[in-house]
Amino acid sequence: MAYIIRRIILFVVTMATVSLITFSVFQVMPGDPIRIMLGTEADETQVETLKKQLGLDQPLHIQYMDWVKGLVTGDLGDSIRFSRPVTELLADRLPVTISLALITLIIVVIVAIPLGIFVAKRQNKLSDVVFSSVTQLGMAVPSFWLGMLLILYLGMNFSFFTISGYVPWTQSVVGALGALLLPALTIAIPQIAVKFRYVRNAILEQLRLDYVRTIRSKGITEKFVMYKHVLRNSMIPILTVFGLITAEVVAGTIIVEQVFSLPGIGQLLITSISYRDFPLVQGIVMYITFVVVFINFIVDILYSVLDPRIRLN
Amino acid sequence: MHSPQVKLESSANLQENMLLEVNGLKTYFQMEKGKVAKAVDNVSFSINKGETVALVGESGSGKSITSLSIMRLIPKPPGEIVEGSIFLEGKELLTLPEDEMANVRGNDIGMIFQEPMTSLDPVFTIGNQIVESLMRHQKIKKSEAYEKAIELLKIVGFSRAEVIINEYPHQLSGGMRQRVMIAIAMSNNPKLLIADEPTTALDVTVQAQILNLMMDMKKKYGSSILLITHDMGVVAEVADRVLVMYAGQIVEEALVKDLFLKTKHPYTKALLKTIPNIEVELHRLDSIPGTVPPAHLFPKGCRFAERCTYAMAKCHEEDPSLIENSPDHKVRCHLYEREGGM
Repeated sequence: MAYIIRRIILFVVTMATVSLITFSVFQVMPGDPIRIMLGTEADETQVETLKKQLGLDQPLHIQYMDWVKGLVTGDLGDSIRFSRPVTELLADRLPVTISLALITLIIVVIVAIPLGIFVAKRQNKLSDVVFSSVTQLGMAVPSFWLGMLLILYLGMNFSFFTISGYVPWTQSVVGALGALLLPALTIAIPQIAVKFRYVRNAILEQLRLDYVRTIRSKGITEKFVMYKHVLRNSMIPILTVFGLITAEVVAGTIIVEQVFSLPGIGQLLITSISYRDFPLVQGIVMYITFVVVFINFIVDILYSVLDPRIRLN
Repeated sequence: MHSPQVKLESSANLQENMLLEVNGLKTYFQMEKGKVAKAVDNVSFSINKGETVALVGESGSGKSITSLSIMRLIPKPPGEIVEGSIFLEGKELLTLPEDEMANVRGNDIGMIFQEPMTSLDPVFTIGNQIVESLMRHQKIKKSEAYEKAIELLKIVGFSRAEVIINEYPHQLSGGMRQRVMIAIAMSNNPKLLIADEPTTALDVTVQAQILNLMMDMKKKYGSSILLITHDMGVVAEVADRVLVMYAGQIVEEALVKDLFLKTKHPYTKALLKTIPNIEVELHRLDSIPGTVPPAHLFPKGCRFAERCTYAMAKCHEEDPSLIENSPDHKVRCHLYEREGGM
């Protein structure tokens, strides 16, 4: 229980720190949203009125406090560019990005873990060379290029895939999958190429430990040694790595949404940055931070489920 | 003088009484650049039913590899049993298919290890790990297995067995974990218990408790014990017969009394000297100069010659063979060659 309370406190502190950083970045970033909105021909009185309207004439600490107050109550302010509440804009785009991230995560997990186990079982020099080359390649390939390759070779040849745009789940499940599968693969492939090695290493690490010998000495067959004991113990380090994936996947969606013209959060973020639409950018950043920190929080809780040694401390 | 017939009869008796017979066991490890470490090099011995045999020697002498070879738990690669045979009640273990060998492990042979702190799976309860062993080899229901596990925990000395069964390894002390290991090893009444330095990592007071517990278990279940240790005090206390191992070979084999009173091999003599004696005032503890040579660099001739105070020119040239000095006493040393067979 004390463990969970400590995690919750950490969660809140992280969110507060990120909110401060996000806010500060916009204060030092060049480019004035009002000038961008009104154009270069705008006169000073127009600028002043709009400033007042947006609350930008207030001292910085008051601006910050107002913003945080809004965050806590769920009001992220209005977008400067779209003149709509940020929460509404987010709600429109959220299903796309969340679906994309979830499908990506599922692909990574169901491929990387079995692949890692497979490679760990057949550990020899040749497979080490082959698979570490695969990892190098996976790390080096830029995702926009990989996305274009997938469009070219899969998207163009199979009518199942939609190569541009999005179909809501409510309209057609097959259509939504067709629109999301290729972008999800684009993010997942480099992730798999790197992460399966973590799985392999975690398993090989466990196989060296004394308790594995004890289990074998009881006459337990290799299948149970691997899937009951070794995999369960390896899940603790594997979970750490897969907790980090979430952040990488969310970051991945930003670029991939551009390549596949998906109307998600990432696309919204890029346009809002170029317009210096700071309430919208801050809202998106806070939202992404929340997701990542929240996933890490869940991972921490899962640790204590997986590892009885953490449960007690 | 015995007549040949009487001799034949006694050896037939011996056969019947024999539980484990290891013949010419060679376990080698492939090292980098084609080097081969002969960790166990032509080792033969036997263990009778109900007998406690101690296997002694310094670190690196091949004791643990010998015991893991019997269990066929040598990690391959790099290790491999390249030659020899191991019979358990007449059944050859080295040629058994892996699934049949798995039926032997934990059922006919139980094993406990040196490091109780790391020998149990940290994420499963004590109960789960005992029950796993029970249900692997016996056809019983889970609830029955749990009752049996509680019973086993009581036998190995846990008064709060009902609580312990739901605890995790990290909640127990080293001595308690070793008790749990004994409970697991004994869970299917094995014919042979292999104990690989079971007390080395424990406090002195706990050591005696664990040894006594092992001896109690042996009496209760009539098992034989192969006790691997480097502690001659422990040997004197519990062993019936002793095998002294050095650099992958057995250098002396004797009944425990003979080993201490009629010590033959210079290495055994040196080992015995390392036991502190409370009656003799010493300024320094004795130790054997030098270390066991690494298994890929065994010298020509006798492997102990370099550290031996009795070494002759011959010792550096010729490999001594294991001589039967008297029926129960064998020694691998050139010093005893002329009196061999006495």
